[in-house]
Amino acid sequence: MEIFNSLLPELIRIVVCAVCGAVIVFGNALVMGYAERKLAGRIMLRPGPMEVGFHGLYQLVVDGLKLMGKQLVIPVNADKPLYMLAPLLAFAPVFVPLLVLPFSEKIQGFDLDIGMLVILAFASINVLAILIGGWSSNNKYSLFGAIRSVAQNVAYEIPMLISLLAIVFMTNTFSLKEIAAAQSPVWFVVIQPLAFLIYIVAMVAETNRAPFDLPEAESELTAGFHTEYSGMSFSLFVLGEYANMFIVCSVATVFFLGGSSGIPLPFFEYTGIVWFLMKVYLLMFFLVWIRWTYPRTRFDQLMNFCWKYLIPFSLVNLLITVVMVKLV
Amino acid sequence: MKSYFSELFRGAWSLILGLKVTIKAMFSPIVTCQYPREKLEITPNYRGHIDLVKFADTGTHKCISCGSCMRECPSDCIVVEGEKREGVKGKVCVVFNLDFTKCSLCGACVEVCPTKTLDYSNDYELAGYERANFHFDLLKRVEERE
Amino acid sequence: MSMDIEVLEDSSHHRYVLNMGPQHPSTHGVLRVLLELEGEYAMHLLPVLGYGHRCHEKIAEFKPAKSFMPNTARMDYLGALIYNHGFAQLLEKAVGIEVPERAEYIRVITSELNRIQSHLLWYGAYLLDLGAFTPIMYAFDDREHILDILEDVTGSRLTYCYFRVGGVSKDIDEKFVTKTRAFIDRLRSRYSLYETLVNGNVILENRLNDVGDLNPHTCNRYGITGPLLRGTGVAYDIRRAEPYSIYSQFDFEIPTATKGDCMASFMVRFRELEQSLRIIEQALDGLPEGPVMAAKVPKKLNIPAGDYNSSVESPRGELSFYLVSDGTDVPYRLKVRTPSYSNLSVVPEMCQGMLISDVVSAMGALDLVIPEIDR
Ligand code: SF4
Ligand code: SF4
Repeated sequence: MEIFNSLLPELIRIVVCAVCGAVIVFGNALVMGYAERKLAGRIMLRPGPMEVGFHGLYQLVVDGLKLMGKQLVIPVNADKPLYMLAPLLAFAPVFVPLLVLPFSEKIQGFDLDIGMLVILAFASINVLAILIGGWSSNNKYSLFGAIRSVAQNVAYEIPMLISLLAIVFMTNTFSLKEIAAAQSPVWFVVIQPLAFLIYIVAMVAETNRAPFDLPEAESELTAGFHTEYSGMSFSLFVLGEYANMFIVCSVATVFFLGGSSGIPLPFFEYTGIVWFLMKVYLLMFFLVWIRWTYPRTRFDQLMNFCWKYLIPFSLVNLLITVVMVKLV
Repeated sequence: MKSYFSELFRGAWSLILGLKVTIKAMFSPIVTCQYPREKLEITPNYRGHIDLVKFADTGTHKCISCGSCMRECPSDCIVVEGEKREGVKGKVCVVFNLDFTKCSLCGACVEVCPTKTLDYSNDYELAGYERANFHFDLLKRVEERE
Repeated sequence: MSMDIEVLEDSSHHRYVLNMGPQHPSTHGVLRVLLELEGEYAMHLLPVLGYGHRCHEKIAEFKPAKSFMPNTARMDYLGALIYNHGFAQLLEKAVGIEVPERAEYIRVITSELNRIQSHLLWYGAYLLDLGAFTPIMYAFDDREHILDILEDVTGSRLTYCYFRVGGVSKDIDEKFVTKTRAFIDRLRSRYSLYETLVNGNVILENRLNDVGDLNPHTCNRYGITGPLLRGTGVAYDIRRAEPYSIYSQFDFEIPTATKGDCMASFMVRFRELEQSLRIIEQALDGLPEGPVMAAKVPKKLNIPAGDYNSSVESPRGELSFYLVSDGTDVPYRLKVRTPSYSNLSVVPEMCQGMLISDVVSAMGALDLVIPEIDR
């Protein structure tokens, strides 16, 4: 009983966190799905979805229902268990990073000492999901998408990590809450602009979005790793992709844009989430904006860019940071 | 080393310029039209499938069943039949069928018609479930038109 | 080229075969290309044709030559008027019909509009192949204006059948002239948009530079014409080399580039937009009055026995109609030399050893129109 009493608050906390996580994942997919289509439409001088509901507001709900109602097609020669596992693997791990994100001073699932590592570790499971999905589909296009994705993600994780490491050296902690709190006078984007830029580029590549959308390069690989997926298993990949976008943008917000800091509102410990979300969605808007502006890079150029520009720059940046931290 | 940096800056600058173009587009007016709700006016010269003209003076078409259009049509999609009637000069058209599935809209029939009774319709919203939906009885169509 | 899929499959254990098409997003139609891959490198390519074959040349042997006009438009749906032009000219040559001057002017104006329209569509679709989704919408926005202008005079939007033996079927009016002039101004004002959004983009440059190298010698061997050949530095354009219609009266340049890669043909096509506008402008300025159809065109067009040829410059290169007549009004044989067919034939050589992404950009630069290949 004693143990139970002491565990009860934790249990409640876990349940609440899980529910909130689900709300964020699905809500974010709805918002982003709609916003992406609207913005893409506006960039192309057309209105975007207009038919379902006022200005097409319910379009995504209807699309979701449609996807749920669709048959799950499994190719004859596919590796069935793995084929079914891949979308789950793409989707499930996105909940964990949400637990450690400090949405405001008080709204945070768990403030772990190793928050940053948890996020990066779980975010990279996505690659595994893509690899499994691409391989088990038994489709050459899918396999290409999967191979490209692995190479790309492994390469771009390095500059991403190094650029974040510079911040960690400055704050001396892995805890996201403390990192966000450490930026009270000036945001790190001012002190570490280079790290921020590198992170942004790596972030686009990590989320496999244009101009780095090689794993699903439509005009080359038809649909890349999810060529064979249909219905709900396809939509799990999409949900996972949007959730991943949300997570990497949140990390950028925490590390460079001061987390939930902003003009104080009443009950700021809680209402800081407004600023936090605003920054996150601003970054997401940027992601959408570049997606609909640029052509796709070629695979070798993508790698070249990483090894020739991003990694050296991030290393130099890290070195300078270390020296400065030592001196000051 | 110098080219390494200049390449980078040139590239980055071109990317920024590109972003400027698209953000400007985001705030410029929409150019498309929400088709079934709004419709653009189509030009009267539009060539839809052919139709018999209803002349104001006679209240009907002026086809004399000469069969020129039938002979001229490269795709054999016109069938015209006429018959002699008492008290009428020339032949009276009794069958005028158009198989629009084969028509290539070349205009040969319209140009060859001696009485100028063939013209293009402005019908661009044709849809059907089977081929027979596009086998038009032009005589019936000209009757039904007001 | 006696490779087929079995041979490809057997040739080596390290390689495997990827089937690109006939329903692949970047083959723009029903072209199928077999790729033998080593990693992502295409070691052998084999275009497979015939998915959209409609026997156009055979059809021509069964009906009066005049009736073949609508078929020409279906071969190249992007250059329908230019195909009309070539075919009308062929019959006029064979029978000896003088086309009134005004009709020639109208033919040139509408053909050039058609060429711009084709280039704009290629521009958008090519960028779609390269993964940029937006430029095609801007290009279509411009293209739509041309379609409206042409619809007003020809009655159709894509597969025009407007030219007749001896002229054109309908005269143009003041409205056409003002709308065309407005379009010229509009397109000129849009160059800067295309240049900043697309042509100067560093990603695009990297995707196109040094990809798909051609040289004049290769072009000669394969019979490659059009912007691809001009991209290698050879200023060969039928409008200048064997001037037909009234092209010799106009002052225009033939854009060329020297490198012969995808970027070269890309820029050549882009610069051709301006040259076509210049031709249209001059033609509008000098538009004479008069009839648009020759006075005496016999109803039955008996073609004197012999063989006849007529070449025109289509947006993709040299287009020739070759007709053999036995003296009746039905051709004994009609051969169409379509530019895309020759241009496609270089693919196995040009794309050997390329990455898949480069195969896509190199094939996009050929500006293939599949119905023209499978006619
Ligand atoms: S337009 Fe041409 S194809 Fe159509 S019915 Fe008339 S002659 Fe025949
Ligand atoms: S050519 Fe004219 S008049 Fe003769 S049958 Fe045809 S529609 Fe009738």
